Amino acid sequence: MSQTKTFSLDGRTIPFEEGETIMEAAAAAGVYIPHLCHHPEFKPHGSCKLCTVNIGGRLGAACTNRAAEGMQVESETEAINADRLALTQMLFVEGNHICPSCEKSGNCQLQAVAYHLGMLTPHFTHFYPSRDVDASHPDVLLERNRCILCELCVRASRDVDGKNVFGIGGRGIKARLIVNSASGRLADTDLSVTDRAAEVCPTGAIIRKRHGFTVPIGHRLYDRRDIAEAPVAGMEGPKRG
Amino acid sequence: MAEAKKLRVATCSLAGCFGCHMSLLDIDEKLFELVKHIEFDRSPLTDIKTCGPCDIGIVEGGVCNAENVHVLKAFRKNCRILVALGACAITGGIPSWRNNVDLWDCFQEVYHYGIGLEKGQVPNDPELPLPFDKVHPINEVVRVDYFLPGCPPPADAIWKFLTDLAAGREPKLDYEMLHYD
Repeated sequence: MSQTKTFSLDGRTIPFEEGETIMEAAAAAGVYIPHLCHHPEFKPHGSCKLCTVNIGGRLGAACTNRAAEGMQVESETEAINADRLALTQMLFVEGNHICPSCEKSGNCQLQAVAYHLGMLTPHFTHFYPSRDVDASHPDVLLERNRCILCELCVRASRDVDGKNVFGIGGRGIKARLIVNSASGRLADTDLSVTDRAAEVCPTGAIIRKRHGFTVPIGHRLYDRRDIAEAPVAGMEGPKRG
Repeated sequence: MAEAKKLRVATCSLAGCFGCHMSLLDIDEKLFELVKHIEFDRSPLTDIKTCGPCDIGIVEGGVCNAENVHVLKAFRKNCRILVALGACAITGGIPSWRNNVDLWDCFQEVYHYGIGLEKGQVPNDPELPLPFDKVHPINEVVRVDYFLPGCPPPADAIWKFLTDLAAGREPKLDYEMLHYD
């Protein structure tokens, strides 16, 4: 039996299997690293940068960097959490995240990460961008005001559903979620409400219609529990010991 | 703390719905305890119209017209500590949904095409404050010392916040009290 390989995360010894990322190994050990574009079922994207950690003196994304024997990783430092907070605040002002009128409020990972980081204000000047809502699909609403371009729906539709319904168009600040149909409308795609892409959105950008308030505000996933203790579906528990 | 000089507090609602003020009143019997420590200056609760020198200014609502700016600047000038109370003051909130709708279209919808209206017309009295094309959070107009989020912030959060401030502590909210909705 070979000896278990380990690295250090905030002074804690984390076992890992060869090829695992820092994020995967940390999640398996039950250690939360803030993230939004990462999802254990999908290929790492490394775009939201919330999972940035200090790896032996260099900053890198925990979701894309592989764990290595003896590696020294810092995550819960004041400086890194300050950067995470600033990134989260920028995500809020870049879109139109008006929580009081959002069906996803309380179940939203963007909101939950902001709660986790103790965000009291988005701080930066709001962009109030003009973005389209696509309500054409009978069962799924596409609310671009709440999109953070994590590409989880793109990955889910392409890699799991095999449909390629979503994509990102434009560059930089003009980047936006687009729909792969001649009309650009969701109704004209073969997206089904049972698709992985229809339920993987961490925010309220893609939601099932007529389910918005099935669970009342105040009784939702992150209303009373920090996302660190109530992580996203699929990452609930340690997979080893 | 009861012997100490009472803190003077001003409150106002700009582009808000008064829900945050209702949540303040929702501390119920603790109001009796609260008024041992604070006295109100300008506030919808006192009907005083102008803000005098205060320890704490509490602002509900975002900035949607010229009058809001004047009130907000008077608060900033007179209040040692300025607090943004609730989602609208902090992010623009629900009123900011109009930020991507043309202002004239908004007026037409409200005053011309609104249900039950006949021969509606857009009010144009010189006394009416000049509306802005966008609603802004108050920290885009003045410096803000503290932010207390929520729609509205829970009564307990307001109580905790005010008692922390009155006791000279840095206000801190427990997880359950931090909400954006």
